[in-house]
Amino acid sequence: MAQDLVLEIAGLEKTFNPGRANAVTAISELDLSVRPREFVSIIGPSGCGKSTLLRLVGGLIDPTAGDLSVNGRSAQEARLARDYGMVFQAAGLLDWRTAVRNVELPLELMGWSKFRRRARAKEMLELVDLDGFASHYPAELSGGMQQRVSIARALSFEPSLLLMDEPFGALDEMTREYMQTELLKIWRETATTVIFITHSIPEAVFLSTRVAVMSPRPARIAAEIPIDLPERAPQVRDTEEFFRSVSLVRRTLRSVEHE
Amino acid sequence: MKRLRGGTWLPPAVFGAGALGLWELVLWATDPEGFVLPRPSEIAIALGENISEVWMASRVTGFIILSGLAGGVVLGAVAALIVIRFRTANETLTPLAVAINAIPIIALAPLFNNWLGITSPRSNQAVVVLLVFFPVFINTARGLSEVDEEQVELMQSYAASDWRIMRTVRIPNALPFFFTALRLVASLAVIAAIVVEYFGGRQDTLGNIITQNAQFTRYDVAWAAVVAGSIIGIALYFAALIVERIATGRYARATAEA
Repeated sequence: MAQDLVLEIAGLEKTFNPGRANAVTAISELDLSVRPREFVSIIGPSGCGKSTLLRLVGGLIDPTAGDLSVNGRSAQEARLARDYGMVFQAAGLLDWRTAVRNVELPLELMGWSKFRRRARAKEMLELVDLDGFASHYPAELSGGMQQRVSIARALSFEPSLLLMDEPFGALDEMTREYMQTELLKIWRETATTVIFITHSIPEAVFLSTRVAVMSPRPARIAAEIPIDLPERAPQVRDTEEFFRSVSLVRRTLRSVEHE
Repeated sequence: MKRLRGGTWLPPAVFGAGALGLWELVLWATDPEGFVLPRPSEIAIALGENISEVWMASRVTGFIILSGLAGGVVLGAVAALIVIRFRTANETLTPLAVAINAIPIIALAPLFNNWLGITSPRSNQAVVVLLVFFPVFINTARGLSEVDEEQVELMQSYAASDWRIMRTVRIPNALPFFFTALRLVASLAVIAAIVVEYFGGRQDTLGNIITQNAQFTRYDVAWAAVVAGSIIGIALYFAALIVERIATGRYARATAEA
């Protein structure tokens, strides 16, 4: 059973500074399951612990209690097995490396030969439509381009799980919509499972196969809304079904906030 | 080395020559007594007449400067690496470094002469090393620690070891900080070495030429030694600049243009 899930979380709890006066329980009694090839968005009031959840899944911090398994392993084991590709709000590129060498970084750590990793990195830059910018430094790229390099880097080693923490949060609306379309294209082409954190309801609806709504602190998954849109093309944003889903997520979010 | 072409060095060169000319002209017109302030031409003549003495002294003092600089820079950079890598080292080493920096080190030169021997280069080197150490240590440590937290998390998500994160993220991030410190201490080392020589020691040093000749009102010769010290300082500054260019290479130019 567990093998069929990429991610399985049950009764997860995270308390910072446990046992002290300034103890904060960020997450409590959180359950979530993600199947392969799903695109799950996590949405919730700001400060509710979305990023904490992502860092727990990614094995960057350890839970206080509960079960969390990624491909049947603990988060730490999965991290050491390089199951994750991570993308943050800031592109997090190394300023002193060209775009192609930034994409190569995880491959370098995995001991790929110079020739192989250069070939793969070029391929990935093509995937995000940046083939002409391989030898540019991050300072020479726009914010949207930097974020695309960051996505190419996260996907370069074909991680089984792509963890994205508000990756388009810092982009303007036009670039954002363009990036969403690009991400969907990449998601379809690479057969990756995505967990996507956002505070934009239309973004969550447009991208996801399922939207998980988090409650305020201590956070749990308060509701899960499957999204069933006929096709994920930009014009779907103007359809009746899209508005219905957006409105459903918004109402759920509101009811959760006032619980 | 594009920047070293005419467009950049010409204006300061013209300005420098103009300033020297004005200095010459004003002293020539007002004609004060020579020992108050010698004219640039007089300093040049004194330098020419005493060139072998000044050259030998430049070599002695230059060796102190270079060796002290190298020692202080290496110690400072290594200490910064240790302090950032090991938390307990940070808690013991950093207060110690701050304490050393609080001591007026040049004022200790006579004591160093007593400890390490007045004619030995060791005491002069020790002062230069101590003076150079702190700016390099503090700047490098800052560059090593002020990295993007997300870049560190990203490296951790690739299962990178702490040492790997040091090599791939922290050290490249610290390079500009390190080189800023290097340019700063290049001139600091010259000052330190010459001032320490004022307190005695060997006769064949730049500091000694300055004090001896000032005593006998041969200001033009004292100034000639000052010129030699300045040349060493400028040479070291540019050497630091060139090393920086080589180390940061194309990236520095790309970011400067962007």
